[in-house]
Amino acid sequence: MLEKALVGTKRYYGLLAILAGLFALGFLFYLKQLNVGLGITGMGRDVSWGLYISQFTYLVGVAASAVMVVLPYYLHNYKAFGRVTILGEFLAVAAVSMCVTFVLVDMGRPDRVFNVFKYPTPGSVMFWDIIVLNGYLVLNILIGWNVLECERHSIAPPKWVKFLSYVSIPWAVSIHTVTAFLYAGLPGRGYWLTAILAPRFLSSAFAAGPALLILLCLLVRKYSKFDPGKEQIQTLAKIVTYATLINVFFFFCEVFTVFYSQLPDHMAHFQYLFVGLDGKGQLVPLMWFSIVGMTLAALFLVNPKLRKNESTLAALCGLVIITTWLDKGLGLMTGGFVPNPMEQVVEYWPTMPEAIISLGVWAMGFLILTILYKIAVSIKEEIKS
Amino acid sequence: MGMDRREFIRIAGLSTLLGLGGKGAFELLAPGRVEAEIIPAPRSMKAKRWALVINQKKLDDATAQKCAAACHRVHNVPDFINPPDDKLKLNPGVANRYEIKWLWTAHFHNAFPGDAPPHLAEKVEHMSFLVLCNHCANPPCVRVCPTKATFQREDGIVMMDMHRCIGCRFCMAGCPYGSRSFNWMDPRPYVKEQYPGYPTREIGVVEKCTFCDERLAQGLQPACVEASRGAMVFGDLEDEKSQVREYLRKYFTIRRKAHLGTNPQVYYIV
Ligand code: SF4
Ligand code: SF4
Ligand code: SF4
Repeated sequence: MLEKALVGTKRYYGLLAILAGLFALGFLFYLKQLNVGLGITGMGRDVSWGLYISQFTYLVGVAASAVMVVLPYYLHNYKAFGRVTILGEFLAVAAVSMCVTFVLVDMGRPDRVFNVFKYPTPGSVMFWDIIVLNGYLVLNILIGWNVLECERHSIAPPKWVKFLSYVSIPWAVSIHTVTAFLYAGLPGRGYWLTAILAPRFLSSAFAAGPALLILLCLLVRKYSKFDPGKEQIQTLAKIVTYATLINVFFFFCEVFTVFYSQLPDHMAHFQYLFVGLDGKGQLVPLMWFSIVGMTLAALFLVNPKLRKNESTLAALCGLVIITTWLDKGLGLMTGGFVPNPMEQVVEYWPTMPEAIISLGVWAMGFLILTILYKIAVSIKEEIKS
Repeated sequence: MGMDRREFIRIAGLSTLLGLGGKGAFELLAPGRVEAEIIPAPRSMKAKRWALVINQKKLDDATAQKCAAACHRVHNVPDFINPPDDKLKLNPGVANRYEIKWLWTAHFHNAFPGDAPPHLAEKVEHMSFLVLCNHCANPPCVRVCPTKATFQREDGIVMMDMHRCIGCRFCMAGCPYGSRSFNWMDPRPYVKEQYPGYPTREIGVVEKCTFCDERLAQGLQPACVEASRGAMVFGDLEDEKSQVREYLRKYFTIRRKAHLGTNPQVYYIV
């Protein structure tokens, strides 16, 4: 099936070239980082994780959200999703590839990455995270590829593939739960030290992932002869609606506990993010935009008229993606580290090289996604004709 | 790595059976470990659980700075704030981010956040508290490290293996005291005067106070304790007769964020 990735329109090649170019640019800056050290980023002794690890976290969510198309199809026999499961699974493959790359890029000594396997440490959540992420990557490649191959030859997928699809459902939940546990079990970090962190991660993932999938479906319909389907998009829209609502609800659960209990260690981080602390608060406008925008998006999505109109739906999906990204891809990390354990406020903002490296990783992911989608869509077109 | 009596006898017995003898047998059956056993001088200091008491009453600001300087000198800790060469000068924000700290001073409300009463005694308010790794008996940094590059020795010292560390910085997120530093940049140009008795570091690894394990092995007190003019006492918490225990019996002490359950082994007399 790989041959399908090689032939395409000018536009396809153009897109590949742009993505490859961005990836190459990021790679150049990464070489500089390898040489000079992670000091070329905005991180430091106080905010010791930044854009890289937060992108990793956000993308684990995108990857996990594939379960939102796989589950209805396999567990509830919701046939309509048969058309889009492959898009969900391939999105997961691209997202996990980015996750793994972001972790690698964040490492001080990537040359020693195999120490994680040489000295396995089951007590460390990171050990488990690496296992579940790589397992999830393999699962989705196997399932996606085989289902597509069978579809092409109009045969039913073998039993083991179906079995793996069932396995992938709890597995998807596990990757984001374990990722939340990286943060939620650290004694001195009040912003993360909450049992609602894993549920919040999942709800924002199930909002952002399907929202991205809707946008991708609309693009696929526009630029190919394959139509993922109106009904499919509408069902995804309902998933986005409820996940966003639940995400906003979880956020306010956390806010209640923190501010009604008045525990200073927990309040300080929220204060920094939403009103500023010690006169510093560069994230304040972004955080307000995030939570207000997310709430509005959820309320608008509940309105069937706005949801059923595909242009307003697309705009609202964009809003969900941006606001959840600000919350998780920016606020989560900085908010957790500010104030620091000695109650000093040291702010963080990514540097240019750091942003370019991150962009390069995203470009790599979208390069993988474009190629995989090209294959999937070509096969679907072939079947149709 | 230790070799206990039983293992010694086992290897000795096995080697006799095989007709081997001397150091050769050990090289064969437990390569490299004889050296490891031989190197620690007979006068090396040993303990069941090392602990440190800092008597802030006896510690003036100048001595506190001297302790920190002594530690940083014998451990080749770079100085990004005041580099040895003006050409290496960084802008203050960047220098603060890169800073490596093993032992440094802090005000009460930073060292013990949330514990300061509204009208803190003036003397305490202006005191320089020495802060360092607490060698927690229940250390979150060890719990989270995915490679065991941070590990706890039997004598309680929380050690760093800088040759194994992958630089993931999970331990920095895990430590609730900010006791760990990462090498964001090549530290070597920023080391004032290289001290030959201790290795320098490369970029990309985490480091912190190790309770001067290298000095204990030579039977020496930690460098900061030596420089403290009696304001710091180091010893075995499990040994009733140790000076540490004597101090803990005699004085009321506090520990940093003890409510987190980390069981810190640095005690403060205020
Ligand atoms: S103070 Fe921090 S680095 Fe030291 S043992 Fe405790 S948790 Fe680990
Ligand atoms: S940075 Fe090094 S010591 Fe710290 S958790 Fe990672 S591997 Fe362990
Ligand atoms: S015990 Fe040694 S390493 Fe630790 S702060 Fe004192 S001098 Fe530095």
